[in-house]
Amino acid sequence: MRFLLACLLALLFAAPLRAETAAEILSANAALVEKASRQTIAPVIDALGASGDPTVSTILAAWAEKGLGIRKSDGIFFLITANEGGYALRDLTGAAAGQAAKSDITELKPNAGVRGMIATALVQFTLSDPDATKRAAALESIAKDPKPEALTPLRAAIVNEPDATLKAQKQRLERLLTLRFDQDSAARIVAINSFGADLGLDLRGALNPLLATTKLASAEPPTSNIARELKPGRDLTETEAYDLLVAANLAPARLTIAAARTALIANLVNGAVGGVPLAELNTQAARDRAYTALESAGTVPQAATDDEAAAALKAHHFYDIYTEPDPAVTAAASAALKSIGHKVAAMQAADLALDGLSLASIYFLAAIGLAITFGVMGVINMAHGEFITMGAYTGYVVQLYVPNYTASILIALPLAFAVTFAAGVAMERLIIRHLYKRPLETLLATFGISIALQQILKNVFGTQARPLTSPAWLDGALSFNDVVSISYIRIAIFVLALLFLTFFLWLMKRTRLGLEVRAVTQNPTMAASMGINPDRINMLTFGLGSGIAGIAGVAIGLFAKVTSELGTDYIVQSFMTVVVGGVGNIWGALAGATMIGGLQKLIEFFNPSNTLAAQTYMILFIILFIQFRPRGIIALKGRAAGD
Amino acid sequence: MTRSFLTRTPSLLIFIACLALFTIAVTLAAHYGLMSTSFVKTLGKTLCLCLAALAMDLIWGYAGILSLGHMAFFALGGYMIGMWLMYARTEEIVVASLMNSGLPATPEEIQQGIASQIFGVVGASDLPAIWSFAHSLPLQLILVVALPGLLALIFGWLAFRSRVTGVYLSILTQAMTLALALYLFQNDSGLRGNNGLSGLQNLPGLDAVSQDTISLWFFWASAAALGLAYLALSWIVSGKFGSVIRAIRDDEARVRFLGYSVEGYKLFVFTLTAVIVALAGALYYPQAGIINPAELAPIASIYLAVWVAIGGRGRLYGAVIGAAVVSLLSSWFTGGRAPSIPLGFMTINWVDWWQVLLGAAFVCVTLFAPKGIGGLFDAFAGLRAPDRKGAPLGPDQGSLQEKEAVE
Repeated sequence: MRFLLACLLALLFAAPLRAETAAEILSANAALVEKASRQTIAPVIDALGASGDPTVSTILAAWAEKGLGIRKSDGIFFLITANEGGYALRDLTGAAAGQAAKSDITELKPNAGVRGMIATALVQFTLSDPDATKRAAALESIAKDPKPEALTPLRAAIVNEPDATLKAQKQRLERLLTLRFDQDSAARIVAINSFGADLGLDLRGALNPLLATTKLASAEPPTSNIARELKPGRDLTETEAYDLLVAANLAPARLTIAAARTALIANLVNGAVGGVPLAELNTQAARDRAYTALESAGTVPQAATDDEAAAALKAHHFYDIYTEPDPAVTAAASAALKSIGHKVAAMQAADLALDGLSLASIYFLAAIGLAITFGVMGVINMAHGEFITMGAYTGYVVQLYVPNYTASILIALPLAFAVTFAAGVAMERLIIRHLYKRPLETLLATFGISIALQQILKNVFGTQARPLTSPAWLDGALSFNDVVSISYIRIAIFVLALLFLTFFLWLMKRTRLGLEVRAVTQNPTMAASMGINPDRINMLTFGLGSGIAGIAGVAIGLFAKVTSELGTDYIVQSFMTVVVGGVGNIWGALAGATMIGGLQKLIEFFNPSNTLAAQTYMILFIILFIQFRPRGIIALKGRAAGD
Repeated sequence: MTRSFLTRTPSLLIFIACLALFTIAVTLAAHYGLMSTSFVKTLGKTLCLCLAALAMDLIWGYAGILSLGHMAFFALGGYMIGMWLMYARTEEIVVASLMNSGLPATPEEIQQGIASQIFGVVGASDLPAIWSFAHSLPLQLILVVALPGLLALIFGWLAFRSRVTGVYLSILTQAMTLALALYLFQNDSGLRGNNGLSGLQNLPGLDAVSQDTISLWFFWASAAALGLAYLALSWIVSGKFGSVIRAIRDDEARVRFLGYSVEGYKLFVFTLTAVIVALAGALYYPQAGIINPAELAPIASIYLAVWVAIGGRGRLYGAVIGAAVVSLLSSWFTGGRAPSIPLGFMTINWVDWWQVLLGAAFVCVTLFAPKGIGGLFDAFAGLRAPDRKGAPLGPDQGSLQEKEAVE
């Protein structure tokens, strides 16, 4: 009797789900709606969406924004708006229905999970919303979380779309959904082929799930859509293959070493296990023997030893099975992905080239000062790295006083030049000019300066990284498509590097100072007898090289952490740039930077998880490269080459 | 022959005597509890650094090759001995723990236990191939010499045959040590990435022996190695070989035209010093207890050059004195034991300012006393510089200026 009653009640509650109008659905499920939770409310929202009632979108929107209430006296739903007297009521079609006191109405407060579900249900209505921004948002939300249900409303919303861009977006999204969710596989294949080698991430995101596979082990070839057969030991490890067998109940669990141990210890009788003496159990073979003996005696569960596992692997086949059942669809999808893959590879090569170029310009910027001091004057300046650091700290200090980032960078660039120019001139006057004849000792003396400067910077600015913020217009990136992009800051550094190259060429080839520098470099005695003061020229050249290091410091500080060890990270690379490129030649430094930067990015591309390894291999390559071109890529010839 | 060798190197007997006296004094002080174990270890480590500086002096002071990569060989030697120490020590622990678990251990279990003990920290559980000799002390001891020696041989051969000289060679050796350090910093390099090898002060099988005894053993071993190396290098530089390498330093081209195989001599010196430095490292790191890739940073090798320059190049005792003085001073200053100097507006705290002092001292030594501390001994012994009327001793830029050199 009680059972019958329960059935009747269930029928009563179940039946209204098929009701036609929104009001009926709501009142039939009033209890569910009032205490809505993510787990239980789905059928109600689906029923509302499917009802075709024109008021549904208003109701759902009101519900999500706490604008739906129940009158306590009779359980009727109203659209409510709070005012001073309580709530202004409208019935579900939107007609005014008077006023109610606050205590008479239960305001529905859906939680975040339910609001999310309501929003999904609302999408189909917002797709045809008069407001274009709302339509765009709806499209975005479908694209973010594609569902089969969205397909029908989306198709319905295409024809009447007035905005051309939105229409194109809708059509694209429709094809993306079609290729995933349509019932008809011919339509899906057409949708797949319609894209060609499109580079969009959304297309790859839609195609990849079609090719998702699961691994399957079976004795006979299965009838499902096979991607390929897997050979244990080649495509998957034997442990994985055996685990598949175990999961499919085709073989007993493998005997792990630890499990065997425990079993053997538990069955230790009179100093022997299964007839094998304890002292002999120090090899795996003896343990297997003992375990098999226990197995046949029935004291331990069946478990596969290594030999048995190998036999089981041989007796079965392993397959990758597409979760997508239709082979025509998977074939089309994999063909599409393959042609996309080729195009992506080409684009990645372009992106890589851009990356390499920007790294090259960083190295060039760091090395151009060295190309002057080391390349032209032959002075090894180990403190070059510290000059770079000083430049970066100058930028930081300027930003402390000038809050506008654009202005502060514009001030910092010449100021950093001035600071490091002064430091360079002081160093040249006090130390280096005494050591021109002894290059190895310049290396050591400037190293002394380097450790002292580094420690002083550490004492002044502390060990933690200081911020050097780039202006807002340098944020973001210039992207050509989903694959190729480059950040503006890198473009800025590239431009800066180009500027310096031009400046340097102009200075050396077109000015009196450049002429004198070249003269002093080639033959100081002869230059002196022509009325050039070599001391002054050396001082200015060294100051110039140091000053450029300071500017490079500001540029590097914009994207790297400004610490007292900033320069140390670049010093070895900078020296290698100059050595690889060829000493005494600005084009050499450029060639060296391009080669090192490009190569490093290339190696990183092949081994993306590991920049350390990339640097290691690059240095090894450079060591080998020096074997073949000991004087660098662009070697000076004739008298200018010195010895 | 013996007589003439001793008369040619009068410093040898004095040096050996000083070293012996020092060793006896430290032993007695440690025996009567006047010296802490950690200080004995510091002295032992200093002796190893002196040994490395001795080798550096041979290659830089005598052969004129400023290598900025010798500390890489030092660390490699340490790594090689460290692998055995760590393996053997872990094996003891693993075997002991397996012994208590009921069954006699299989070789595979021991192997697996050791691998997961050592490599758990970098998320691996297999012994990499480079550890295949780690179970055997003799093999690993051979590797201490063979691996750095081989590396130096290959690198030196490549560098010298393409006539890379002077500062280029310095930069290239610096690149080599940087590459090695970066390689070892990776977790999958097989040497525990930046964790390095640790617990090296515990000698396997010698749990019963206390650390103060072990520290004395290593101190004696370091002193003996330094004495022997000093003897060997004095003999090498006092003979014809020494004359040739000094000639290479002063004018490489002329030596080549005289028919000597300059590359062969350089390669020999490079490899020999690499091996000596590696031995020093193998003695150093069991006393330090831990080794990690930071030890290979290019700056470590530059410090080695700094010690030799401060001590005085071209004088074997100079290198030893320089290394001892600078590294002991360095540990005194950075250890926080040096008194701070209040200056009114600020206080000079030596932990922060020692590097500045060192850098400044270094600049001063390079500028004003190119002969370093060893120059004081020259002045004392009344050695005079040759009078070449201001001309350099050789046309090469790496050669000594007249005022720094004595015949």
